[in-house]
Amino acid sequence: MNIELAQVSRWYGNVVAVNDVTMTVGPGVTGLLGPNGAGKSTLLHMMAGFLAPSTGTATLDGRPIWRNHQIYRSIGLVPEREAVYGFLTGWQFVLSSARLHRLPSPEDAAAKALAMVEMEDAKDRRIETYSKGMRQRVKVAAALVHDPQVLLLDEPFNGMDPRQRLHLMDLVRELGAAGRTILFSSHILEEVERVAQQIEVLVAGRHAASGDFREIRRRMTDRPHLFHVRSSDDRRLAAALIADASSGAVSLGEEGLEVQAVDFRRFTWLLPRVARDAGVTVWQLSPADEDLESVFSYLISRSTR
Amino acid sequence: MNSVVAGITYRAVLGRRRVLLLILLPLVLIGLALILRAVGSTDEKATVTLMQVYAIGTMLPLLGLIAGTGTIAPEIDDGTIIHLLSKPISRPMIAITKFAVAASLLALFAAVPTFAASYLLIRNEAGIASGFALGALIGGIAYAAVFLLLGVITRHAVTIGIIYAVVWESLVGGLVPGARNFSIQQWAQTFAGQISTSDFFKPTVSIGFAIPAVLIVTIGAVLWAGQRLRSLSLTGDE
Repeated sequence: MNIELAQVSRWYGNVVAVNDVTMTVGPGVTGLLGPNGAGKSTLLHMMAGFLAPSTGTATLDGRPIWRNHQIYRSIGLVPEREAVYGFLTGWQFVLSSARLHRLPSPEDAAAKALAMVEMEDAKDRRIETYSKGMRQRVKVAAALVHDPQVLLLDEPFNGMDPRQRLHLMDLVRELGAAGRTILFSSHILEEVERVAQQIEVLVAGRHAASGDFREIRRRMTDRPHLFHVRSSDDRRLAAALIADASSGAVSLGEEGLEVQAVDFRRFTWLLPRVARDAGVTVWQLSPADEDLESVFSYLISRSTR
Repeated sequence: MNSVVAGITYRAVLGRRRVLLLILLPLVLIGLALILRAVGSTDEKATVTLMQVYAIGTMLPLLGLIAGTGTIAPEIDDGTIIHLLSKPISRPMIAITKFAVAASLLALFAAVPTFAASYLLIRNEAGIASGFALGALIGGIAYAAVFLLLGVITRHAVTIGIIYAVVWESLVGGLVPGARNFSIQQWAQTFAGQISTSDFFKPTVSIGFAIPAVLIVTIGAVLWAGQRLRSLSLTGDE
C-alpha cells in the first residue's frame, strides 16, 4: 500500500511545521530523518489521521486518511508518547487492541504479537511497572496485532537498550522485506541507515532530500566542511593550503585558521602532508560544523537552490 | 456501544484518585440524612430542602463533572486515547460508549444515594424519594453528556465545568427566574415533581419544556462530542 502526501503543509497559527511536502511512501522500510523539531511528528500524525493538513492531501491508496476510521484496518500506529493505560497488563493491552479490531480470534493474535516483540515473560505485569523499552515493545505489539499492511512508528528506538533496539530493528526489516509499508521517524542517521532502504529527510518542515542511504550519506559527506586549525605557524600553513584546490577559502584569525574544505577527502589527506612539507606543526584540527543540524541545513540550502 | 471501550473506561475512571470524590459526595448526602434523622427532623420539608439544595443543587452537577469529564478528558490529556482512536471504530461510537459509562456512574453514585438518603428520612412519603431519584437519574444523564462534550472540546474542562456548575446552575439558575428554563438541575426537579406529591416542592419549569430540553441537550451533546472526536488532533511535542 502507498501513503501519498501531495503538497502537504501544516501550520499552527503563524508557525509553519510542515512546508509543502510531497512524498510517496511505498512497500519496504522508509526512514523519516530530521533533527528534533523538524516536523517529523506532525508529518507522521497527518499520515496516521491524527492531524488534518492545512493544505494538500494525505491519502492511503487514494483514500483520504483524515476523518476516516476505516483506514485503521490497514494501519498500525506506534505513537511516540509513552502514555498507555498503565493499569492494564501487557496482555490485556494487546488483547484489547485485537478486540477493538474485531479479530476472529483475538487471543491468538495477541499471543502472536507479544511473541514477535519478545514480551511473553512480562505480559502479565501491569504496564506501569514496565521500563521505557518494554512499553515501546507492547505498543509495537498492539500496533501489529491485526497484521497491518502499513506500520507507522514515531521515534520507535528511543529509550530502548541496545539489545532491544537490534531486535526491533530486525523485526522492522523483516516486516518491510515481507512487503509491508513501514515508515519510522528518527533523528539519528545511523539508526535510519541500518533499517531503512529509503530515506526521506525533513528539515525545518521542508522535504530536504530523498533517496537510499548511500545517496543521502554521499550528499552529507560530499559538501563543504569547515575546520578550525591551530598550528605553530598559521600564516605559512594558510598559504600552503590555499595553493591546493581542495580548500575553498582560508581565513586567518586570532583563534587560528578557519578552512573551508570543498573536497573533504582530499583535504583530510592533504593537510598533514602540506604541514609536514612546510615545516609547520599542527596542534589542533577540529570540524566546526559536524553536528547534524549543519548537515541538514546544508541539504536544505541545496534542495532550495 | 463497544464493550472493550467501556471496560477500559470504567477501569480508567474508577482507578483514578477522583473516584474518591465520586464516593465522598454521596456519602456526605447519606451523612446529612443521618444527622437530620438523629436530630429528629424527619419531615417532608427538611427532606425536600436536602434534596433540592444538596442532592440536586450541589452533588449532582459536581458528580456530573467528575464522571462526565473523567471518562475522556484525562485520556485526551495524556494521549492514551490514541489506543482507542487508532482503531476501525467510529468515533461517534466511542463518544456514545463513554457517555453511557458516565451516565451509568451517575445512576450509581447520584440517583441511588439520592433515593437512599430520602428514604432514610421519610421512607417514600409523598413520592419524594422516588421522585428525586428519577430527577437525579435524568439530570445525571444530561450532565454526563454535557460534561463529556466539555471534556472533548477543551483542555480546561474541569475549570469551565466548575464555573458552569457554580455560577450558572447555582446562582443564575437559582436566582434569575427566566434562566431557570436553561438549567439542568431545574429540569431534574421538574422530573422529580412528576412523581412527588409533596406540598413543599413546586418545580418552576414545566414538564412540557423539560422533556424536549433534556432530549435535545443530551443527544446534541453526545453527537457533537462524537463529531469533535472525529477531528481530534494530536500536535505532538514539537
